[in-house]
Amino acid sequence: MTREYDVAVLGGGLMGAAIGYGMVRLGRRTAILDEGDLAFRASRGNFSLVWVQSKGMGMPAYSAWTRRSAAVWPDFAAALKQESGVDCALDQPGGFTLLLSEAEMERRAAFLARLHAQPGFERYPYEMWDRARVRQVFPGIGPDVVGASYCPLDGHLNALRAFRASHLAFAARGGDYFPEHPVETMEALPGGSFRIVTPKGAFAAAKVVLAAGTGNARLGPMLSLAAPVRPQRGQALVTEKASPFLTHPVVTLRQTDEGGIMMGDSQEEAGFDTSLGLGVLAVMARRAARMFPEIGRLNVVRTWSALRVMTKDGFPIYQQSEAAPGAFLCNCHSGVTLAAAHALLLAPMIDAGALDEGLLGAFTTRRFDVSAAA
Amino acid sequence: MFRRLHEAARPVLRFRLDGEPVEGREGDSVAAALLALGRDACRETAVSGAARGGYCMMGVCFDCLVVIDGTGNRQACLVPLREGMLVETQHGRREPGR
Repeated sequence: MTREYDVAVLGGGLMGAAIGYGMVRLGRRTAILDEGDLAFRASRGNFSLVWVQSKGMGMPAYSAWTRRSAAVWPDFAAALKQESGVDCALDQPGGFTLLLSEAEMERRAAFLARLHAQPGFERYPYEMWDRARVRQVFPGIGPDVVGASYCPLDGHLNALRAFRASHLAFAARGGDYFPEHPVETMEALPGGSFRIVTPKGAFAAAKVVLAAGTGNARLGPMLSLAAPVRPQRGQALVTEKASPFLTHPVVTLRQTDEGGIMMGDSQEEAGFDTSLGLGVLAVMARRAARMFPEIGRLNVVRTWSALRVMTKDGFPIYQQSEAAPGAFLCNCHSGVTLAAAHALLLAPMIDAGALDEGLLGAFTTRRFDVSAAA
Repeated sequence: MFRRLHEAARPVLRFRLDGEPVEGREGDSVAAALLALGRDACRETAVSGAARGGYCMMGVCFDCLVVIDGTGNRQACLVPLREGMLVETQHGRREPGR
């Protein structure tokens, strides 16, 4: 028996759930085909920032897309809460990058100036703050903190709840979720629909969205879509719950709505190895304790790693297959920041059958088609 | 309410519980001393504020958390009682720096 849908979304992480939710909002009969609990699941290990500052060096369109997502996150969070009953604790008070030396301060200021000076970059407010000003917001900073960059557009949330809320909202609108349905083969049929085969049966869909993270590298070529993505490991730590003392997220450090202090920003090329190392964890914890000495007294209760879905240049891929129109490939490593855009902006484009050239034209894999010798 | 089996055998240790002078016995863990004092609840949980007290008494359940000598979220069952200790109820989440 073949089950028929308007849209099949491959991958049930935050990206797949957000796009799936966007499709059912538009009234489309939608299936999410997912792997099981053993899938590499960035959605369960991420740092939960909705982050704007510093993104888009080399691709202004990425900054613009990120900003749009941050701007529609309040609408997305409100919709999720209404439809799922889950509050994902979105908070966008502005965010900081704390700097621990004059040299870091100068590098940061120069980087942000260069970022905003790029042709076609939509500028937005940001400021370099000296120590005295940072201290007014964070009285607990350590003596090593020289200053910070601040951007009022930054924020964070509880991404585990956002993940759950997206799935609940998807189901509440009639979406069908199929765990343990890894896709084995897939083909475009004459007439424009797709046949998707899993160990638990076949599906037919008018459109297919590949949102399977690193799994897209295997799935994409079935529909003439190249997905040059690799895993990049990130490790993180969280402390016991503490009473509120960080009022704003700091890019490598944030206090969750439940009280734990999360630390983590490692970027490691380790393939699909998700093991942890005290060396990396200790470096991150020590830097956090230099920023806020009081963190050094808290107990770490959990450490983990997850795999970012990384492209060669670090920017997302959004591409419709030219050989098989109706098949869309989506990859990014900032699935939390971009979730709102995926649900509210990308899903309508997929539904209309065309990605907006102005917003997403820069994100096709054509940008990788440059000979290495050039 | 717990009763001590061999009270006379071990010397008394004086300490303070939420500022009040109280007594335990040498060889007590802080958690055991609190239970012997009838203090079944020694903390309020971080999320709902519900009362909790020592349960597993072997370092696993984390329900016996207290503030000891100014450091929050100590596992009372793993800390030997000492003369002069300052033990306080853990009210909800730990305060950073304490």
